[in-house]
Amino acid sequence: MLGHKRFSCNHPSSTFFPLSRLFYRYRDLAPQLVPLDYTGQPDVRLPYELIGSMPELKDNPFRQRIAEVFSEDGEGNMTLDDFLDMFSVLSEMAPRDLKAYYAFKIYDFNNDDFLCKSDLEKTLNKLTRNELTEEEVRMVCDKVIDEADLDNDGRLSLEDFQHMIVRAPDFLSTFHIRI
Amino acid sequence: ERGRGKRERKRGRKRGRGKRERKRGRKRGRGKRERKRGRKRGRGKRERKRGKCCRLPSPSPCCFSSEQESPDEQEENELEKLKEAVDDRKKLISTLRGKPLPMTRKLQTLRESQEFVEKYEGAIGKGKGRKLYAYKVMMLKKWMKFQRDFENFKTACIPWEMKIKEIESHFGSSVASYFLFLRWMYGINMILFGLTFGLVMVPEALMGMPYGSMPRKTVPRAEEANAMDFAVLWDFGGYAQYSVLFYGYYNSQRTIGWLKFRMPLSYFLVGVGTVAYSYMVVIRTMARNANEDGGGDNNCFNFSWKMFTSWDYLIGNPETADNKFASITTSFKEAILEEQESRKDDNIHLTRFLRVLANFLVLCCLAGSGYLIYFVVRRSQKFALEGLESHTWWERNEVNMVMSLLGMFCPMLFDVISTLENYHPRIALQWQLGRIFALFLGNLYTFIIALMDEINLKREEEEMVKLNMTIWEAGLYNETVGVNSTTPPIAIHPADIPRGPCWETMVGQEFVRLIVSDTMTTYIMLLIGDFLRAVLVRFLNYCWCWDLEAGFPSYSEFDVSGNVLGLIFNQGMIWMGAFYAPCLPALNVLRLHVSMYLQCWAVMCCNVPQERVFKASGSNNFYMAMLLVILFLSTLPAIYTIVSIPPSFDCGPFSGKSRMFDVIQETLESDFPAWFGKVFSYASNPGLVLPFLLLMVLAIYYLQSTSKSYKQANLELKKKLQTVSHDNHVSAIILCAIPALT
Repeated sequence: MLGHKRFSCNHPSSTFFPLSRLFYRYRDLAPQLVPLDYTGQPDVRLPYELIGSMPELKDNPFRQRIAEVFSEDGEGNMTLDDFLDMFSVLSEMAPRDLKAYYAFKIYDFNNDDFLCKSDLEKTLNKLTRNELTEEEVRMVCDKVIDEADLDNDGRLSLEDFQHMIVRAPDFLSTFHIRI
Repeated sequence: ERGRGKRERKRGRKRGRGKRERKRGRKRGRGKRERKRGRKRGRGKRERKRGKCCRLPSPSPCCFSSEQESPDEQEENELEKLKEAVDDRKKLISTLRGKPLPMTRKLQTLRESQEFVEKYEGAIGKGKGRKLYAYKVMMLKKWMKFQRDFENFKTACIPWEMKIKEIESHFGSSVASYFLFLRWMYGINMILFGLTFGLVMVPEALMGMPYGSMPRKTVPRAEEANAMDFAVLWDFGGYAQYSVLFYGYYNSQRTIGWLKFRMPLSYFLVGVGTVAYSYMVVIRTMARNANEDGGGDNNCFNFSWKMFTSWDYLIGNPETADNKFASITTSFKEAILEEQESRKDDNIHLTRFLRVLANFLVLCCLAGSGYLIYFVVRRSQKFALEGLESHTWWERNEVNMVMSLLGMFCPMLFDVISTLENYHPRIALQWQLGRIFALFLGNLYTFIIALMDEINLKREEEEMVKLNMTIWEAGLYNETVGVNSTTPPIAIHPADIPRGPCWETMVGQEFVRLIVSDTMTTYIMLLIGDFLRAVLVRFLNYCWCWDLEAGFPSYSEFDVSGNVLGLIFNQGMIWMGAFYAPCLPALNVLRLHVSMYLQCWAVMCCNVPQERVFKASGSNNFYMAMLLVILFLSTLPAIYTIVSIPPSFDCGPFSGKSRMFDVIQETLESDFPAWFGKVFSYASNPGLVLPFLLLMVLAIYYLQSTSKSYKQANLELKKKLQTVSHDNHVSAIILCAIPALT
């Protein structure tokens, strides 16, 4: 109890919603690893398997990428700060530009700050569970690059992606996890 | 410490998040407006209150140590700089949340900034106005803490959040949007209920004349025998009719009770206020949704949006996820097909003919249903004249049953007819919604026309009753008084005095009955159509020849559009009848409350997620637009009756006046000082009102043309972007070709 109070004093304005609920969700994933008292800033990292088995994430085809993007070590093992960050960005209150930035990072499988063709192909295959033929996949990826690539380098940079995604009517409502 | 600050800023500038994001935010108004919209948390307000400086100079504490020796002016300058620095840090703290930095860095920056602010905030107070400044700062801090606690409390108070979340994770965002809409309607109805209950029903109940003191407040002798029967009460007759629930009970005394509460004025203003509030809320929500839409760029990014926004992150259930994967695959395949082959309708004449035929059939249906309702209402008037007791239950409730059944079965008919048309599913859904809308509207207006006939009948009756009453009174006087005219009038029980007909109460009763029967029909159809069906499919499946779950009946899907339309029309009826039956908003609050629990249970228990998980995107504003149209159309009849029909002479708060809005005139004359009345009469002079209206029309025209020109400019810029990229493409090709040529 005390731990969470002290904890919330240190994090007054870094997320978009009350923190205690999230802290308890984090702790519930592995009660024996996560202490109640966070004043000593313990270095506790929950492995990806626990994060990926959360009910909000377990059916999401991109859960691995989400965990990797928000985790400090890039492997999907999250500290409490990473956990808070993740749900803060994915909450309803986060601004559109912030979400677009993180969405870009999630879909960038090879972490090269560009959405190249292979990234798009991987995204599409995850979305359709490999049900489309190779020809169809290639066609869709070409079409996407055609539509969104403004600086014509054959891949989508962050600006291209943001320019395209902020106009999407469904982006805010689908890129959202309620917890 | 300082170094990290600079590097962070540099990195921020490279990604252009800091300034460009804020600039872009200001242009689209997303940043500020979204924060304003933080209706749940309201942190936006706090953020706006903070300073407006953008740059963050690096703090240099060394220059402040020599403060005591520098002259006053220099001290002032340094104080100013320090104040700026502190304000900048404060701004950084407030916008830190929206920056895409990892949490640890955010926390570090936060801690640094907070330490800086705390250290130097006190120093600023040195010199003039120090105490005041420190006091201001302390009050500001307390106020911010209070605001934050209040926002947290408000969030915890939002009802049904967990329920909706569960539904969302099972069924996706489109089904959940119905429940969010229901909750929003519940909020509006609570406010309407507060207004009518607090300002109309409670004052009359507490301070008005009690039951039985006047003819209009007493059950007539003839009806007294069965005034307490359940059947009569369920029909809103008997004691329910002569109570604060309906218009007729209210007295037209100008002020009541020791508070001198102006009842008629309050009744009128509450009626106007409910309509005004509803308009304001609906239009505000529409404007908010329109902002989110971001310009209507529908076709440019078809495939990109499919790829990046089709997965619904809210899904938390494997069955729904399976359905979603399947529907995404299908949608991609469809889009690919459309892209690959040219749309060649090989028999365009046949398609056109079929579509015309389908529309013709639909028109026939609509005309048929309108005539049926008119016929049934006329018949019920005939029954009423003959006396209600001699008819069966069905004949007495014919009108309401027929309207509800039509509303239930005609949409299914439209669905069948629409298979002739062969449209794309999204377009077919829009046609379907439009037709159901026309059906409900037609039914409602036929009902109202029939009601108007009844009102006219009652008004004729009124003339006759007025005549009879004078004769009756004269007769009474003559036979009891005789020659001596100073004896007091004899006391006659109010139940025996003949009273005039009250068309307003009749109208209120009709609406209340309609809503009750509509509610009952909806719940019964829910229980039978969904629950019973699910039970049968589940248990008969063991002993049936074909697979009931996969084959014919199977479990029902949740019909989002049908339910939303039902909700919208229900609200329209409330708006129409609330002036004549102040109990309607209360009834609706109860109904919505029960609906929420019942439908949440039914959805989780008896429905399966839709196979075709597509949503009419932008349907949010579509439903709002329909709500606005309904609001307008349902307030029209009420306004017409208020303005053109004189109120009944023997019941209600406006009895005795020639028009209902005369109460305003009366109030101006008696409650406000003389000069106010004069000013008002000048202001309502046509010579002043007409130019004002003209000015408003001109303002609307101006704003319209400005917005059109902005849209045009937007399109031009878009085209320019495309040509620039095309030019780049072309020049890239040429540049590649040059080495090949040489």
